Amino acid sequence: MLGNEAIVKALLEENVTHLFGFPGGSVMPLYDEFLNHTDNLRHVLVRHEQGAAHAADAYARVTGKAGVCLATSGPGATNLVTGIMTAYMDSSPVIAFGGQVPTGLIGNDAFQETAMMGVTALITKHNFQIRSANKIRSTIKKAFVLALNGRPGPIYIELPKDVQTSEVINEEKDTHIAGFKPKISGHFGQIRKAADLILNSEMPVIIAGGGILWANACNELNQLVEMLNIPVTTTIMGKSCFPEQHPLSLGVLGMHGRKVANYAIANSDLIIAIGCRFNDRITGNLDTFAEKSKVIHIDIDSAEIGKNVPVDLPIVGDAKNVLHRLNAVLAKLAQKKDSIWADKIKRFIKECDCVLDINSNPIDPRMLIFEFNKIIKEQDIVATGVGQQQMFCTHFLKRSRPRTIISSGGAGTMGFGLPAALGAKVAVPNVEVYNFDGDGSFAMTMQELGTLKEENIKVISIIMNNAYLGMVRQWAELFFDKRYSAVHLKRTPDFAKVANAYNLEGYSVSKPNEIVPTLKEACNSDEAVVIDVHVKEEANILPMFATGGNITDMFGDCIHIPGKLF
Amino acid sequence: MAKVKQSIERVHIIGVLVEDHPGVLSKLSGMISTRGFNIDTITVGKTMNKGISHIVISLTGDDQTIEQLKKQVNKLVDTIKIIDLNPKHSVLREHCLVKVESSAEARDDIINISKLHKVNVVDMNEQSMIIEVVGRPEKVNNFLRMMKKYNIKNVCRTGVNAMRRDSNNNH
Repeated sequence: MLGNEAIVKALLEENVTHLFGFPGGSVMPLYDEFLNHTDNLRHVLVRHEQGAAHAADAYARVTGKAGVCLATSGPGATNLVTGIMTAYMDSSPVIAFGGQVPTGLIGNDAFQETAMMGVTALITKHNFQIRSANKIRSTIKKAFVLALNGRPGPIYIELPKDVQTSEVINEEKDTHIAGFKPKISGHFGQIRKAADLILNSEMPVIIAGGGILWANACNELNQLVEMLNIPVTTTIMGKSCFPEQHPLSLGVLGMHGRKVANYAIANSDLIIAIGCRFNDRITGNLDTFAEKSKVIHIDIDSAEIGKNVPVDLPIVGDAKNVLHRLNAVLAKLAQKKDSIWADKIKRFIKECDCVLDINSNPIDPRMLIFEFNKIIKEQDIVATGVGQQQMFCTHFLKRSRPRTIISSGGAGTMGFGLPAALGAKVAVPNVEVYNFDGDGSFAMTMQELGTLKEENIKVISIIMNNAYLGMVRQWAELFFDKRYSAVHLKRTPDFAKVANAYNLEGYSVSKPNEIVPTLKEACNSDEAVVIDVHVKEEANILPMFATGGNITDMFGDCIHIPGKLF
Repeated sequence: MAKVKQSIERVHIIGVLVEDHPGVLSKLSGMISTRGFNIDTITVGKTMNKGISHIVISLTGDDQTIEQLKKQVNKLVDTIKIIDLNPKHSVLREHCLVKVESSAEARDDIINISKLHKVNVVDMNEQSMIIEVVGRPEKVNNFLRMMKKYNIKNVCRTGVNAMRRDSNNNH
């Protein structure tokens, strides 16, 4: 058996059914082998390697399986870097394969050679360079174990061309990773203490981060909330782990989060953070964050505990495991009590709930979100770009089923939306998949429209087109005296025409009452669709707090809240 | 809110057992510097176990910072084990070669000082001599301070090496 066959066999052994990639000289032996496995392994040919990486990332986010992408050496591999980094920042289990020049040429500045091991060292959970065909199976096994266990993360695997064409003679059997011992079950003593803290608190709040989704701990979270009536807020990464229509759902917290969520955090006496890393987008000024509260921090990565926010009660472990045991302890000790705090929060949540009918011309971006909210079904998946449209989406769109919104939170990678939607649709073909994008973000990876067409992948792209690099323009307006520097995109190109150029349907929408009918038509289509919605050019996503600002200093009017909340 | 521990900076020494692959030291030091930790010295060598190397890092920082550093180092897949080499319960040694200019007048002085400090002259010619210092980092520092008036031409230090003492009190 040659190396290329060993690689495919190893992937099939890991239950890989799809991968996203783009060929080139150094991976041709592998691509040749794919033709022998078309029944079991579907390769999706993208139009840019960045698209392959984002698609693999999204595939992982919606399924929990590892997402696989493949590129050739040199520029092909470096084109994966942004996508790998995006996956790394959001702890997504991506296996990224990159070709490499033959082992004998490594270090020689050969054609299309790049030192990817060094390049990816600090943006992957781990990386491997396979120098012998004998190590193919064991390396790939290790890679999948690392990607999927403990805190998930991307793994880069380098495949020199001669390794793909050489014979497997003495296959390495050992797949033990000496330095990898993830801590799954939380310390029971700590769990017991946590239960006491929770029962003795009067104003508890839960922050549910991405870790809840990666651990598939949504049911356990639900149980905890129902048992004790504790309000829940999520980070962007945790959004959809708790149904946002629930009376105790505060929605997303943080810089562009909901005022009521930040209010709850600021006024709580106990923060229960699960699977979240207290990133600066949610804490603002660390000197004042959670001043009045004790903090319980449950996370599988002990390095995150105490990194940003000092913790009163750390519990290192898998969210599902820890919550399950915590719930068991609480069930014995607790009685569901009517809490003044929970009632107050429920009231605020209700008051904050805004559904708008803004029939302005040009279209108010919030109107677009609210109309979209009417059409999107519970099981549908939405991927977002990065920028204002992303914040409108995470702030206003209501999600209730886990893994139905994917967004580049940690990295904030523009261009994530379209290829991510592509990957999600390949993973879950029986639901509608949307790309909620901005004109700036969409243009960065729109060549993947070609992939959508030729690979028959249906994605409905909604472009919140405000002619500007919206978020940067907003910051220029708010913090740089409205000195706009390089932010005017001027609605070039006409995205509906771009869709047509890819032989796909494109719509231009400029009136609010056109939104729903166009969306409905898009739902009826068999093929990918692009809906270019022209919205008000200089609208801001508010309320917000500035970088390093106190979360209680959110400024900008909310739609509904009577007076200031803080 | 939990109280932040007091920020007193001191020298910390940690030992790290790692898998011996190309790029491991590079990744470790890259990670440390990227996260803003300041390494004072780093040294690496093989162990008696094939495929496992031992790295000794000394750095200055407060307890909280070093705690975070240890966690980050532990996260690396190549890291097998972290060993706390607190100077209080470890043997510390550093090796230093120093080349000192030695005119006829200075030569005797330097040789006397070397004898007193129990260091060895390992090379000598008309212009200079090379002296080898082995001992705790403070011993090296002290000797170099004594040599300052005699025009030091070159100094090569290895960085501190350390090993825990076995005793009933260590946990």
